[in-house]
Amino acid sequence: MVSEPVNGTVEGHDDPSRRDFIYIAAGAAAVGAAAATAIPLIGQMNPAADTLALASIEYDVSKVPEGGQVVVKWRGKPLFVRHRTAKEIQEAQTADVSGFRDPQPDADRVKKGKEQYLILVGVCTHLGCVPNMGGSEFGGWFCPCHGSDYDTSGRIRKGPAPKNLEVPEYAFISDTKIKVG
Amino acid sequence: MSDHPSTYSPKTGIEKWLDARLPILRLAYDSFVDYPTPKNLNYWWTFGGILSLCLGIQIITGVILAMHYVPHVDHAFDSLERIRRDVNGGWMIQFIHSNGASMFFFAVYIHMFRGLYYGSYKAPREVLWLLGCVIYFLMIATAFMGYVLPWGQMSYYGAVVITNLIGAIPLVGPSILTWLQGGFSVDQPTLNRFFSLHYLLPFVIAGVVVLHIWALHVCGQNNPTGVEIKSKEDTVPFTPYATVKDGVGMILFLMLFSVFVFFMPDALGHADNYVKANPLQTPAHIVPEWYMLPFYAILRAIPDKLIGVIAMFAAIAVIFALPWLDTSKVKSMRYRPVMRWFFVLFVITCCLLGWCGGQLPEDLVFQLGADSHGTAIGLKVVTLSQILTAYYFSFFLIIMPWIGLKEDPLPVPASISEAVLADHSKH
Repeated sequence: MVSEPVNGTVEGHDDPSRRDFIYIAAGAAAVGAAAATAIPLIGQMNPAADTLALASIEYDVSKVPEGGQVVVKWRGKPLFVRHRTAKEIQEAQTADVSGFRDPQPDADRVKKGKEQYLILVGVCTHLGCVPNMGGSEFGGWFCPCHGSDYDTSGRIRKGPAPKNLEVPEYAFISDTKIKVG
Repeated sequence: MSDHPSTYSPKTGIEKWLDARLPILRLAYDSFVDYPTPKNLNYWWTFGGILSLCLGIQIITGVILAMHYVPHVDHAFDSLERIRRDVNGGWMIQFIHSNGASMFFFAVYIHMFRGLYYGSYKAPREVLWLLGCVIYFLMIATAFMGYVLPWGQMSYYGAVVITNLIGAIPLVGPSILTWLQGGFSVDQPTLNRFFSLHYLLPFVIAGVVVLHIWALHVCGQNNPTGVEIKSKEDTVPFTPYATVKDGVGMILFLMLFSVFVFFMPDALGHADNYVKANPLQTPAHIVPEWYMLPFYAILRAIPDKLIGVIAMFAAIAVIFALPWLDTSKVKSMRYRPVMRWFFVLFVITCCLLGWCGGQLPEDLVFQLGADSHGTAIGLKVVTLSQILTAYYFSFFLIIMPWIGLKEDPLPVPASISEAVLADHSKH
């Protein structure tokens, strides 16, 4: 290197702004490359293709006796298929939802004409435990972990859970058969 | 201390040769042989060495267990039973590892309360304290993931509840939860990644322990008077004085350890974890391991999900802030007549929170009577948890800064040596 006083206007001498540009460009490229590499490294932890492939199931609801419940496994979680009694349906429909934590009428949680069948993801909306049928003050489900209490429509009535039990996306593909997911 | 000049002199040819190339023997000699330690250290100071021993035990037994354990939802539980029944000496290694986690936390809690009582977090040891907090946090994460591996009912629902805490974050919570679990529930991907991380984190802990000891050796050890080392009169060499005292502590500690491993290996566990994980049936009463119970009680003390989760993490975060919350000029609570009573109350609060964490929230601590339906009424566990949680946070956020300004400390000795001589003349 020539150790004369730098004259920025003379060609062939180091131009500080040009050198800065190279530093910044190289630094930015390195940061960009590191970020691009990080995307698959982080993304690999998301559900893999085979996990996503197990996303839907079919079930014949006529197998559930009136007043009973069957627990089916769906996406690794329990799915409640409950055949409600007339009394339970009436309680669910006539309850005054305005004071509920997560107000929702029963009609929005079942299929029209199939009110006896309630399909729910059996995972407490508090911290993910499986609520038990029975033990509930409201005739629905009681979570043994932290005491959340759900009614005959799976709506949260008491305890720490913030939301109603989730109704999954499902449809009746025949009179008695449902497809979930 | 860093200004302590090296006194290592290599004697043999090979030592001289190595010293000129990698002075590792010099470092070991200066750190663990000739290192000046305060001459008044009591037995509470032996827990640092005991904790290094715990980490060593967990790593050695853990590496062995990984040779026999199968991280698969269908085989994990059975592979644990095989280790206990069929692998040569497996029962002992597995019980040392599972009880070792409890012993590790027992020692770390004593170590932390010791630091709190004698003001070991105060200037110039803030970074030392912060590194200790990082180690503690990593220990919680490692222990949690390790507890999931046996894939029993408690393992499974522990993983469900703890991962779902993340789901409490508004908006992005559910996506992060799916990312963390690797699916829509705790399942094979979750178990597999927990195994990977459970193997990794102890080595990260070991790395932070090196930094922790480095920071300790820069500032020098604190001591029961809280007065800094002023002259050579105040110190004794680490070997033999501290090494032998640490050795006595370790032997006593290992005796307690052996009582658990050989005579009551399941005393600290839960019967439900001998039932294989069943995603469709939650046990009637789920509780974490004893060393997490105080935080679990704080989580359940607050009726709102998000605020409960925030409070639980804040309970750990506030420990990091301790060096900047204490306003007192005096380090050791030996000379702080008011603060030491709040300290005693704090220790009791932590123990009671632990007790509350193991009970059902709606249970009664004691009964006061009955209502018109004959239902018992009295102090509920959840109410007691709320009172204790309030004290836990007040201790750090109100009492620490306020008492530090208001309190009249007792006269502090001029030096460690003076305190030791005064103590001797009393007897």
